Amino acid sequence: MTALPLVLTVFVACAVEAIEALTIVLAAGLTREWRSTFQGLAAALVVLAAIVAVLGPTITLLPLTALRLVVGALLAIFGLQWLRKAILRAAGYKALHDEASAYLREVAAAKAAPEVRKRGVNDWYAFTLSFKGVLLEGLEVVFIVITFGANQHNIGAAVIGAAAAVIVVTVTGIVVRAPLSRVPENALKFAVGIMLTSFGTFWGAEGAGVQWPGNDAALLVLVPVVAAVSLGYAARLRRAHRLSAAPGQPAGATGPATMTESEEVTGR
Amino acid sequence: MIRALKSFGAFWYDFVIGDDWQVAAIMVVALAVTALLVHAAGVNAWWLLPLAAFAALAWSLHRATSGKS
Repeated sequence: MTALPLVLTVFVACAVEAIEALTIVLAAGLTREWRSTFQGLAAALVVLAAIVAVLGPTITLLPLTALRLVVGALLAIFGLQWLRKAILRAAGYKALHDEASAYLREVAAAKAAPEVRKRGVNDWYAFTLSFKGVLLEGLEVVFIVITFGANQHNIGAAVIGAAAAVIVVTVTGIVVRAPLSRVPENALKFAVGIMLTSFGTFWGAEGAGVQWPGNDAALLVLVPVVAAVSLGYAARLRRAHRLSAAPGQPAGATGPATMTESEEVTGR
Repeated sequence: MIRALKSFGAFWYDFVIGDDWQVAAIMVVALAVTALLVHAAGVNAWWLLPLAAFAALAWSLHRATSGKS
């Protein structure tokens, strides 16, 4: 298999997380203080780099079969959670993630917090907001970089995909100086969910001892099939949601509010 | 200390397992059954895991949209 699918998958997954991290960093920097915000950002990047440096080489030491079994299972579970949320959003059961409103929420909270100087940092709130935001969003990227890179024995390509996404999002953020609210985030998350589920299923089955028909070429069938089934589920749920809407009420206003979910933690 | 450990565990549970533990359970069972079929019965069950993934997703979506999860 070439490195292109690896780089593209990591790039898209990382771009989604970088957009969410950018929203938090902008809220901290523009509302509070840039110096402390950058200190928080830098500290989070150091922690993330350390995790990649330690886990990356360690995980590649595992036997390939065990690696594929464990990593495949984790990726498939991870991917199905992404897909689940993306489908619920696409069908109208869950509100679309809105970077503009997320930004306003962060700004309101940042304005209300008192300014405290701590451990050599001028504004501890800006530091921790930036640190936590970048670390939490970055952890998912690290997970994807390590699992994809290790399975393909090409962590370098995965790192290139992640770094390219961070650079593109950062440069765009600097140019527009606002949250990237026009990016079709749910479509990107849908695509990432499809890729994670497909690769996870493929590697997990290989780890369990399966011989895929056509070997790696099976992925060329598996990815479109996962996409088609997921889009089918989304279309069916959208139709059901529309039908269940009360007369005179917008479709998005009904349906069970199941969304006390983990978006605030994982950003999925 | 115990509180810190609990929140650490909760974070990783939420990070990996997410909102519906049954998805994870279905996939782990499906992997185990696949390994059994391959190694004990000699069946190349490449089709089982994708089917399990589609079933887990459908089940989880059904539970979410009917307010059961």
